[in-house]
Amino acid sequence: MTNFTFADGIRQAIAEEMERDPAVFLIGEDVGESGGVFGVTKGLWDRFGKDRLWDSPISEEAIVGAAVGAALVGGRPIAEIMFSDFSMLAMDMIVNQAAKTHYMTGGRLSAPLVVRMVTGTNGSTGAQHSQSLESWFTHVPGLKVVAPSTPEDAKGLLKSAIRDPDPVMFFEHKGLYVGRGGPAGEVVEVDPIPFGSGRIHREGTDVTVVSYLKTREYAMAAAETLAEEGVSCEVFDPRTLVPFDYEGLRASLEKTGRLLIAHEAPARGGFGAEIAAWAAENCHDVLRSPVMRVGGQNTPVPYAPVMEKFVLPMADRIAESIRTLVLNPSRQLQSL
Amino acid sequence: MTDSLTRPTAQAAAGITLDEGLELFRLMFLIRRFEERAARLRAAGFIPGFLHPCSGQEAVAVGVAAALRKDDVLTSNHRGHGHILGRGADPARMYAELFARSTGYNAGKGGSLHMIDADLGFLGANGIVGGGIPLATGAALQLKRLNSQALAVTYFGDGASNEGAFHESLNLAALWQLPVLFVCENNLYGEFTRQSEHMVLDNVADRASAYGMPGIVVDGNDVLAVKKVAAEAADRARSGMGPTLIEAKTYRHKGHFEGDMARYRPKEEVEAWMKRDPLILFPEVLRDELGATDADLDRVREAVEAKLDLDIEWAKEQPHPLPEDALEHVYVDSYNGKALR
Repeated sequence: MTNFTFADGIRQAIAEEMERDPAVFLIGEDVGESGGVFGVTKGLWDRFGKDRLWDSPISEEAIVGAAVGAALVGGRPIAEIMFSDFSMLAMDMIVNQAAKTHYMTGGRLSAPLVVRMVTGTNGSTGAQHSQSLESWFTHVPGLKVVAPSTPEDAKGLLKSAIRDPDPVMFFEHKGLYVGRGGPAGEVVEVDPIPFGSGRIHREGTDVTVVSYLKTREYAMAAAETLAEEGVSCEVFDPRTLVPFDYEGLRASLEKTGRLLIAHEAPARGGFGAEIAAWAAENCHDVLRSPVMRVGGQNTPVPYAPVMEKFVLPMADRIAESIRTLVLNPSRQLQSL
Repeated sequence: MTDSLTRPTAQAAAGITLDEGLELFRLMFLIRRFEERAARLRAAGFIPGFLHPCSGQEAVAVGVAAALRKDDVLTSNHRGHGHILGRGADPARMYAELFARSTGYNAGKGGSLHMIDADLGFLGANGIVGGGIPLATGAALQLKRLNSQALAVTYFGDGASNEGAFHESLNLAALWQLPVLFVCENNLYGEFTRQSEHMVLDNVADRASAYGMPGIVVDGNDVLAVKKVAAEAADRARSGMGPTLIEAKTYRHKGHFEGDMARYRPKEEVEAWMKRDPLILFPEVLRDELGATDADLDRVREAVEAKLDLDIEWAKEQPHPLPEDALEHVYVDSYNGKALR
């Protein structure tokens, strides 16, 4: 097991940004002395104290609203919403206030805040603690949306998010925290990673698999399996959904000519649909087969482990879809 | 209704000079005439969007603003023209914004519901009922973090006091002793619905005790009474004693929006409140307590009208935005001047 976990990446980014800029502070439930439900802020209390860690009541609208208000007068708040499902209670502050501040004021005010949220499922967390809602936020002009899949990316992207002049929705998949230990403590130097720059985790020539968050790991496993069968997959992690590295994706498609998008969110209306539409509009000249999506089933996330695994786009389902796409694309509509 | 609210004239008036009194009158008269002219300009086709007039409520905006410092910040609601004018905003740029011109306060991207003047610390009207309340709470948090003596004010109505944002924000502000003034303009109606049909309590201010902060009822048509209560609350906030909920009882002379005939209100109620128009009450105080003459008041009125004539002329000559200006300001970051795909 590595000594630099996803939780380390998040915690170190917060700590380093707090050191750099006194305007940076964190506000949310249990972020103070207790160190948070996932232990992500452990140790920060002793180091930075109460003025940088505002341990708030269970009031999501007030948490995000206070962060927006503080941002309007020079603060650099990070609002922590424990589970992304709970961001529904703060939607007015995110969508009607933060996202539109710069626009509605003709560029005269801005709301530079980060909303950190734990997303996705990690084993029987049930329908109200497991959703993948990132595509909802990509639909709102004015928001940026970040979805890292490695500890290094988490650290570098969170640093960029904190410095970004616009409101940033930052998703942390609980499957990338849990079962890997909390913060292990090793410090890894990571520079801020610019938004809109994808990362190729594995090079390949037959198909580009776009995936992010925890699903990127399933995509890697599927790529391993298929390599043994003679199918070469390129795994492309966009890392940020808004802005999106369409140039990087185009370059990959020029190499592979095939595109499959895999994410945990239900396929219907998921961000994969947006990527697929973009590819249809802009990459027809290099695509040699239809674009394909693998998503969560169009259901709430069930509790029973066997059902939960069934609805998620696990490695075997991604692998099967790639086989269909590469070997028999006319069958693909049945497998979405 | 308002029988219990009497005008504490002599005592309150004793604290101000005639010039200060005339300035309060000027601001209230400016707000009234700004809106009356806006209504006509809208009918004449100059204003494409909604207007929610605050006529009748001017004493709240002006009384609170008179108790503030330059470094204080404010958030407002959909009925916000008085709040921003009370803070000293430029009517010309407001008209330009209402006319959707590129030199308006929001470059033509906001209109009445989103009007701001960042230089005055006016962080915006708001199109969402209760939406400005958490924002002021958060601004107060940042001001407290900076060890500033500045405070935040948020204006909202009786209707907004039923929103979750109000309750969560009052709890948070009281818990952390934030320097914020929650100013409820209770005009007795949430949109078309009477207060007695939308809440059980008689006083919004009574909700303060549930969160452990002072809640004060004041005659919202008495500008000096409002100023006094706001100044006391501001002193408390600046000395680290936390927030106050101020409920100013007032009345909307017009409907919820320009064009709403407000037939849901009893005639007798409207007539009674019209007699308590702050622009009738305050000139009496100015004459009786501070020795103002009719000529003094006329001079103020004429100056306001002359200034508004010029402001409206200026605004009418301002350039319209280009259609593609719509693509700017989605993000602070520039993406070649385009909205992100």
